[in-house]
Amino acid sequence: MDRNESEGLYDLSRAQVAAIQRTLTNGRGALTRRSVLRASGVGALSVGGLAALTGCGIPPAKREGGAQSSDDRSDQEKTLSFSNWTEYMDISEDEKSRPTLTEFTKRTGIKVKYTEDINDNVEFFGKIQPQLAAGQDTGRDLISVTDWLAGRMIRLGWAQKLDASLLPNAFANLSPQFRSPDWDPGRAYSYPWTGISTVIAYNSKATGGKKVDSVTQLLDDPSLKGRVGFLTEMRDTVGMTLLDIGKDPGDFTDADYDAAIGRLQKGVDKKQIRRFTGNDYTSDLDKGDLAACLAWAGDVIQLQAGNPDIKYAIPAAGYITSSDNLLVPAQARHQKNATRLIDYYYEPPVAARLAAYINYVCPVEGVLPELAKIDPALANNTLIIPDKAMAAKSNSFRSLTAKEEKAYEEKFAKLIGA
Amino acid sequence: MTATATAAPAAEPGVVHKRSLRRKLVPYWLLLPGILWLVVFFALPLVYQASTSVQTGSLEEGFKVTWHFQTYWDALTEYWPHFVRSVLYAGTATVLCLLLGYPLAYLIAFKAGRWRNLLLVLVIAPFFTSFLIRTLAWKTILSDSGPVVDVLDTVGFLDITNLLGMTDGSRVLATPLAVVTGLTYNFLPFMILPLYTSLERMDSRLHEAAGDLYAKPSTTFRKVTLPLSMPGVVSGTLLTFIPASGDYINAELLGSTDTKMVGNVIQSQFLRVLDYPTAAALSFILMAVVLIVVTIYIRRAGTEDLV
Repeated sequence: MDRNESEGLYDLSRAQVAAIQRTLTNGRGALTRRSVLRASGVGALSVGGLAALTGCGIPPAKREGGAQSSDDRSDQEKTLSFSNWTEYMDISEDEKSRPTLTEFTKRTGIKVKYTEDINDNVEFFGKIQPQLAAGQDTGRDLISVTDWLAGRMIRLGWAQKLDASLLPNAFANLSPQFRSPDWDPGRAYSYPWTGISTVIAYNSKATGGKKVDSVTQLLDDPSLKGRVGFLTEMRDTVGMTLLDIGKDPGDFTDADYDAAIGRLQKGVDKKQIRRFTGNDYTSDLDKGDLAACLAWAGDVIQLQAGNPDIKYAIPAAGYITSSDNLLVPAQARHQKNATRLIDYYYEPPVAARLAAYINYVCPVEGVLPELAKIDPALANNTLIIPDKAMAAKSNSFRSLTAKEEKAYEEKFAKLIGA
Repeated sequence: MTATATAAPAAEPGVVHKRSLRRKLVPYWLLLPGILWLVVFFALPLVYQASTSVQTGSLEEGFKVTWHFQTYWDALTEYWPHFVRSVLYAGTATVLCLLLGYPLAYLIAFKAGRWRNLLLVLVIAPFFTSFLIRTLAWKTILSDSGPVVDVLDTVGFLDITNLLGMTDGSRVLATPLAVVTGLTYNFLPFMILPLYTSLERMDSRLHEAAGDLYAKPSTTFRKVTLPLSMPGVVSGTLLTFIPASGDYINAELLGSTDTKMVGNVIQSQFLRVLDYPTAAALSFILMAVVLIVVTIYIRRAGTEDLV
């Protein structure tokens, strides 16, 4: 250390500075084995002492009634903060603007702060849970979460009831398939952004041209051994397995659930299943490291665009449809603006532009002619606009009570290894 | 300035007293930011987690402190294989890091000449990309039909690792080997840098002296270089082992169901099952396990300085 600096700044003599340096490097304060051990000992003791003082606990997460009554500033502030998943919004050729959002702003004057900060339901829940449990604003006016999480948030009183009078398009155009989920009857709190079909996808090059079209085949076909993937989303993996063993994912018992888990466990034990994956299955399937797996239909369409070997199959036993749902979190300040945005995306021309970009199941009725104008091939794709035969095979996973949810997730966590 | 102040006879006693008090307090002022930081971001969360680990309840009804220490025992009996795996994988990765890192650090410190800075930058360069991206890249490198796995299979390396239970058939991904490889790669710089600093400040005249005393190069290394670099070895192994044992990204992305480490369990208990007490208890058990392993190691390594 420079002499002048040390004296000027801290008013210490050079000797004193040296002494401090000595204590830090080789005196009693030096970082040595003994001091580390001693420090951890002291740390452990004080933790023990302090822990005795904490009788705090974590307050109940459920909030009664409070959700609806936040004062709405929509009329004063023409803004809206919208959190969504990545790759879930159309984007212009030069990747600089989002055309449908720009048009919304032009039409309504509401500026949208669009953030792609949702990657995973459980992680997102972990992120917003402290604020919502404490009854605070999360800073987000509109979020998009999967059925079960939307259901949990409604159950906990963390979502605001939507004003039906502001949702004429949404009310009129919502597909019957999505109209009344058991976790939000009549769509009082939420509207689907997209539907998600869980199907079986395979890489025909990796399977040697063989078609893979049932969960049974995924779990038993020896030619696929060690190259089969299932999803870490419990409801998709277990739901598809329930269908395969002849049970209804919309109405099953604990014993049925255990049977499905047992079936999957056998696949894990004999090393038929390679991994349980999140979104990262797409690259594995593309390379052929996974020969066949459960997959989300929107991903399959996007993968097919780059790799013609990727094929999909709808099992004869049926498939699982879930959805990502827009809802307004409790305490959000721009409910009315958010509601107007929901309604905007239920206008068929807008919905068609969105569907043409993101390739997931479009929950909007009457979108077919509009989509055909943009891309006839997409309009004929039953993964985006399900036809009657396709819709008949669709199943949804029933909502779970808090107790069931914990027990089931625990069993599933054990299945996937952690 | 200081000297004049203490020497000046004209100064009033009160001022002198104030000044000396001020001076005595200086070290504490210097410590204050660090202590505040530790209290807010280490001690308080630790206490909070300790409290959580002895609570019972559910998300909906809230959690209350009931001194339910049974959680610890349940967590340990249920997840002991994950702890064993964590220590095993992190330990193997640490040994591999040492074997790979020591020669490299030695080369950079003594033989690199004007390439020294460039080599150091290359060691640190991977840190400019995200941890996640670096780990995902290994999925491409170790891909089943990729050249790396082909070569390993052809030269019979995979036969050996199959025998050791590190791989399964002719693939590397989704096996323990992939997880250990990922850990080794991701934590290698934490090993190299402390090794380099301890080797670099070694007096090269000691090597000459050893030579003058007829020590063979191997003897010089064994009797002079290695003992003097022990502080670097110890801090490098600690900086590698401790974070590696809590890592869950590598096991999640490169591993399979039977390679999950304790970090994966904590993550899944915390986020998926929403069983906060079990997650907190597992964290504390992991801390204890790491502390015990490290204590034994430092005692064995027989070095006083850690830096």
